[in-house]
Amino acid sequence: MTDFSTANRSMPPPPSRMRRTGGVKRALLRWLLFAGLGVFALFYLMPLFVMLTTSLKSLEEIRTGSLVALPRTVTFDAWHTAWSQACSGIKCEGLRPYFMNSVLIAVPAVAISTMIGALNGYVVAHWRFRGANIIFSLMLFGCFIPFQVVLLPMARMLGLMGLAGTIPGLIFVHVIYGIGFTTLFFRNYYVSVPGELVKAAKVDGAGFLRIFWSIFLPLSLPIFVVTIIWQFTQIWNDFLFGVSFSQAGTQPVTVALNNIVNSTTGVKEYNVDMAAAIIAALPTLLVYVVAGKYFIRGLTAGSVKG
Amino acid sequence: MPPILDIRNLYKSYGTTEILKDINVTIEPGDFLVLVGPSGCGKSTLLNCIAGLEDISGGAIHIGGQDMTDVAPKDRNIAMVFQSYALYPTMTVAKNITFGMKVRGVDQATQDHKLAEVARQLQIEPLLSRKPAQLSGGQRQRVAMGRALVRDPKLFLFDEPLSNLDAKLRVEMRTEIKKLHHNLGASMVYVTHDQIEALTLATKIVVMKGGVIQQIGTPSEIYNRPANLFVADFMGSPSMNLIPARTQRMGETTQIEIARPDGPPLVLQDTRRPDLPADIILGLRPEDIGAPGFRQGPLVQTSPCRVDVVEPAGADTYIVAHLGGKEVTARFHAETEAQPGSPLEFAFDLTKAAYFAPNSGERLN
Amino acid sequence: MTRWLEHHLPKAVLAPSFLAVLVFVYGFIGWTAWVSLTRSKLMPRYEIDGFGQFVRLFASPRWDTAFGNLFIFGLLFVVISLVLGLLLAILLDQRIRVEGVIRTIYLYPMALSLIVTGTAWKWVLNPGLGLEAVVRGWGFENFRFDWLVNSDMAIYTVVIAGVWQASGFVMALFLAGLRSVDQEIIRAAEVDGIPTYRIYSAIIIPSMAPIFMSAFIVLTHLAIKSFDLVIALTGGGPGYATDLPATYMYAMAFSRGDIGQAAASAMVMMAVVFAIVVPYLYSELRPRHD
Repeated sequence: MTDFSTANRSMPPPPSRMRRTGGVKRALLRWLLFAGLGVFALFYLMPLFVMLTTSLKSLEEIRTGSLVALPRTVTFDAWHTAWSQACSGIKCEGLRPYFMNSVLIAVPAVAISTMIGALNGYVVAHWRFRGANIIFSLMLFGCFIPFQVVLLPMARMLGLMGLAGTIPGLIFVHVIYGIGFTTLFFRNYYVSVPGELVKAAKVDGAGFLRIFWSIFLPLSLPIFVVTIIWQFTQIWNDFLFGVSFSQAGTQPVTVALNNIVNSTTGVKEYNVDMAAAIIAALPTLLVYVVAGKYFIRGLTAGSVKG
Repeated sequence: MPPILDIRNLYKSYGTTEILKDINVTIEPGDFLVLVGPSGCGKSTLLNCIAGLEDISGGAIHIGGQDMTDVAPKDRNIAMVFQSYALYPTMTVAKNITFGMKVRGVDQATQDHKLAEVARQLQIEPLLSRKPAQLSGGQRQRVAMGRALVRDPKLFLFDEPLSNLDAKLRVEMRTEIKKLHHNLGASMVYVTHDQIEALTLATKIVVMKGGVIQQIGTPSEIYNRPANLFVADFMGSPSMNLIPARTQRMGETTQIEIARPDGPPLVLQDTRRPDLPADIILGLRPEDIGAPGFRQGPLVQTSPCRVDVVEPAGADTYIVAHLGGKEVTARFHAETEAQPGSPLEFAFDLTKAAYFAPNSGERLN
Repeated sequence: MTRWLEHHLPKAVLAPSFLAVLVFVYGFIGWTAWVSLTRSKLMPRYEIDGFGQFVRLFASPRWDTAFGNLFIFGLLFVVISLVLGLLLAILLDQRIRVEGVIRTIYLYPMALSLIVTGTAWKWVLNPGLGLEAVVRGWGFENFRFDWLVNSDMAIYTVVIAGVWQASGFVMALFLAGLRSVDQEIIRAAEVDGIPTYRIYSAIIIPSMAPIFMSAFIVLTHLAIKSFDLVIALTGGGPGYATDLPATYMYAMAFSRGDIGQAAASAMVMMAVVFAIVVPYLYSELRPRHD
């Protein structure tokens, strides 16, 4: 796969593109550049900042103080409420059970779709047979459909399978609509593995599975990381499938968050809403902070096919 | 004893495209067969068919007398060295060499023993615990050879194994492969697009073009008696001069007339009286044209020609003249004093001359 | 026998996925297409009835708003994200030391769920306590920024939040593209004394046409599928003012019990996506014979 990640790009010291402009002018341009970059940084950071500070304020302070002010007194009450008491609909158990639902959905769905994608990608890249190209194109195409077009039949299908409103049902849905992308990722990574390697292994006596296991899997750590992160982000952040195919008790965290924010019972607790939003966002944010390089690679690989 | 490799009426096609057409090749134990031809001539496909990495569309391949049609690559008793070396990137050199034995379930003691033997033979003992990425091109090449050697196969297959090396290393490895062949007495099939490699290594050469065999023969046969214009042009460097000419039977000789841009045509006599049509193409290698007196014999004739280009090449000087509408290269002594534009005496030795039919390209004599 | 098995193993591995795609993508599209041609209401019915659902759909004022919004939102979202993304990429391409940090800041919204994004912006844009209050607090007592609750302007808040989420991603794409331009060409241009802005406008940006294309496709695709963002930010409101086809479809399918309308609207979305993606995929897949 082409390495689109900008993170590990070496930066040799070729002449700066602005060198020829004179000293003062150059300094001014430089200053303007940083000012511009800074303003945009504020734009992107502002909502996160507001969410964070709001979640640490008391309701009283929210009503009287400014949106962009730092909290006068820091309180974690809103976080407690969001985690274990906030009401979504009629139940008031906070985000916790739904957070767990999301974990229970995301972990198996990511694992299964990634494994299937790895095997599929291996086949499509190195074990072509007549029609393999068409199959791959059809799968790739499936990545691009608006999921609204499958919502109705899928709801009925899950009903027929006895999976309606269940967590296994959601896992199933995420796996089905995830394998297009995982296959694409692995296929693009594996086509860069020389075909002669497979031939050499065949002459050495290794078969289909042995070659995958002994030669491809040990090579695949980077693409596994990329794919897992991509799938995890997609599934964790999913709302459409979650809201369509779950029922009270099996909803993922995004659905619960939306319910909490839009629940009309009682006083509007903005600090709880914000704390809940941050909690729901934490896992993917964490992944982004820890493995941003792979995250970006997944994003670019998902759009700029390799 | 049956031939080591026997290919009969082999066809290979992808869809409607025929890649190989009616291939017939036989080699005996100890033969070093080189498949040579320009890229896209089907030589690598043929090698893959022999290895069982590609299915064949018609005909049969026998190895050691056994039909290989339904035999998997691993059961063909072959070993293969690839152009990119195809070393398993995540395994150490030792693991690379023993992987095949491990897959086949050879016991550890035998593995260790064979590994040590091959490592010694190829002088790669210090490299055994390294990964392929830490090796130089030449070292990778050796490891790839090691992986083949350890198999002790009936037949070695080489797919352009030297083309990724730099010029100097290529010559060294060429010599080593030749030594290896000599020491092991093994049978080998070797694919290359480099005609010099073919001439140096082979005991038997197959020249291919467009999926069709053009000629099979020893290096000397291929070089000295090319079967058609393609082989004549492809084998040898600098390549054979192929000069359009007209012929005439004149009593005891056949007269060959070659047009010259300035002055009367150049006329050569072949006293062997070959039976030739009126229009031919005369094939004459650069070493068969030289300074007067460079060779003696009844078929050596001299004539002045205008010099076009002088190319000193160290040991020799190549002189180019315009004959029959073609640039004709002649090999002269290194010390030859020649000026472009001025005339020079050329001697033509027709002893090894080849005559080709202009349309079919087939050899006529 | 083992050879036969070995020969067919790759097909066997791919077969379940292929079947799944066949049934759950293409079969389901077929089902939806079929149902969109029937009089299905609360329950699907399977007698073909022609294009009645589509006639009803395009006669519905709510769909009219939703479909119109798709074009307003889609156009603004795509164009602003592209322009902003390119601008940011060029600014970041000036070999500055804190590039890593800034890039991280610009891109993190892409890691968030659109529900979180919607929730955050809903709060920031809250007329009583959000930005409007902040600016009024600075002394501009008459400042009004009530787009969120203004039927005419609410769709633009969706654009703002959408751009906030996606523009960093576009930046990352463009930055990768800028960096993959052959450095020798740029050096040659510098030696020729061509000014920086000309190097960008004449050499670098034209060579990034494929990246523009990819970014465009991804963004359009995001725009058409946008559902979560509207639900979290405006809930489709005020009234139906920010409905998009995706929310319309969902409302018909799950709260209004009008399966026929849901299917018909889904098919229209599908048609719009295909009109954009098919030519792209076709051109992408064509020359690749490997």
